[in-house]
Amino acid sequence: MAFLETIGGSTVDGLAYLGSLARLTGRASRAVFIEPFRGRKLGIGRAVHQAMSVGVEAIPIVSLISFFVGIILALQGAYQLRKLGALQLVASAVVLVITRELGPLMTAIIVIGRSGSAFAAEIGTMKVNEELDALETMALDPIHFLVAPKFLAMLLMLPCLTTWGDFMSVCGGGTFGVAFAGFTWTSYFHATLDALVLRDVVTGLLKSLLFAVVITAVGCQEGIATGLGAEEVGRSTTEAVVKSIFLVICVDLIFTAIFYFAGPR
Amino acid sequence: MTKTEHSTAASDITSQPSISVRDLRVNYGEREILHGISFDVQAGETLVILGGSGSGKSTLLRTLAGLEQPSGGEVRIQGLNFPALSEREKDELRLKMGMSFQSGALFGSMTVGENVALPLRENTALDESTIEIMVRLKLDQVGLSGFERYAPSQLSGGMKKRAAVARALAMDPEILFFDEPSAGLDPIIAAGIDQLILKLKEAFKITILVVTHELASAFLIADRMILIDKGNIVANGTPAEFRASQQPRVRQFLDRIPEAEVTGEIDYLQMLTGEIPPPRR
Repeated sequence: MAFLETIGGSTVDGLAYLGSLARLTGRASRAVFIEPFRGRKLGIGRAVHQAMSVGVEAIPIVSLISFFVGIILALQGAYQLRKLGALQLVASAVVLVITRELGPLMTAIIVIGRSGSAFAAEIGTMKVNEELDALETMALDPIHFLVAPKFLAMLLMLPCLTTWGDFMSVCGGGTFGVAFAGFTWTSYFHATLDALVLRDVVTGLLKSLLFAVVITAVGCQEGIATGLGAEEVGRSTTEAVVKSIFLVICVDLIFTAIFYFAGPR
Repeated sequence: MTKTEHSTAASDITSQPSISVRDLRVNYGEREILHGISFDVQAGETLVILGGSGSGKSTLLRTLAGLEQPSGGEVRIQGLNFPALSEREKDELRLKMGMSFQSGALFGSMTVGENVALPLRENTALDESTIEIMVRLKLDQVGLSGFERYAPSQLSGGMKKRAAVARALAMDPEILFFDEPSAGLDPIIAAGIDQLILKLKEAFKITILVVTHELASAFLIADRMILIDKGNIVANGTPAEFRASQQPRVRQFLDRIPEAEVTGEIDYLQMLTGEIPPPRR
């Protein structure tokens, strides 16, 4: 009986958490998309600053990881394709898996580690130092002031980073292809472009938009819900990363299933 | 008209209190922290809220500043029932109030100047050069001239408090809240903060509410004082009335008489939550 209670309680808590994320996303979206037209300016300077740290500063690590993932994927693909005498398909194998799945997912996980944790830590520390209260006493809504610029920055930067990561992965695959599979750089890129369908790129970018929403909402929500004390900031940062990864995978699963069942046969 | 006649006439016109609290109750979850307290603060008055740790004084200040929602009662600020207002109306009233937090609560990612400028930048349409002048003025008023470009981490404890006061003064508020202004400061620096509060009182006639348990500061700056104990007001009067009071709780507080030794967990919990209400005055 107690076991059922635990399951029931956890389910209710989980749904309440999703509700709080939805509420936060709603308020942030209103601050970004609606209120500027009602005269309530969004801090563009703050958004640009966030875009720099979320996007531009992530380029080196995203490039490196995506490049290596491209090589790994090509190696793994080639391992099987070689047996079928179809090594020339390695280019299309890499680009399809990357654009549809691994590119958006790997980039999101990197950004969770860099920025999702940073959002939680920054806002959590502000909570502990009463800075969020100070904002309220100055008639500044913390959602409008802190969350909305991060939201806008993430929505713009994550798809861009994903696209760049996709390109670096293709380069990684190409490195393998040129070195060990008889491609030239030109033939590899031709084979890649032949295999690439707009739909694959678009689904990948749509996923990255949804991931952007999840990462910002979870990071900021964990920050806002931080309890008192330095230990709590550490805890909420960890929670932000773990919950973001889990929810990103869930969103990925749902979305991929929708595209599978609703797409053209 | 002499100055006193003139000010009497003015106070007849605006005779409603600046802040009026009636039967205020505040809960944290299931626990009631404030058990229906009532008091008034007149315009231009300095009220000191005294109380021990866990008495509810910080909860009271936070509720008056709009950071906590009461579970019952009224908080009237300049005649308006603050908790019942819409967010927009609350924001309008918030612009007339300023709060200085215990640790300063300066934004670490901004310089001192940017901290003070923030309410002006976000809430007014003033141009940058005007804002710059006002920032310099405010920092001057608190004795921090020339510190605009410093980061909060480069300031001492006393300087952080001063910077926080400058930020609270940015919008020329009519009401100022101070949460433990002397906490963590040595007596000399704390005396400096007291002088600052007195200066604000004399120069700007702001209504000031101070939460503190530093008795020396309290008696220096207060026009009136209230003592909160376990969520109830047990004394309300002028500093002279407090000094003369024979009320046991007041005497214990002023004469620094320690609590009886707590001998068990039940006693400790009762002491903290005040489940046995203190005798009424």
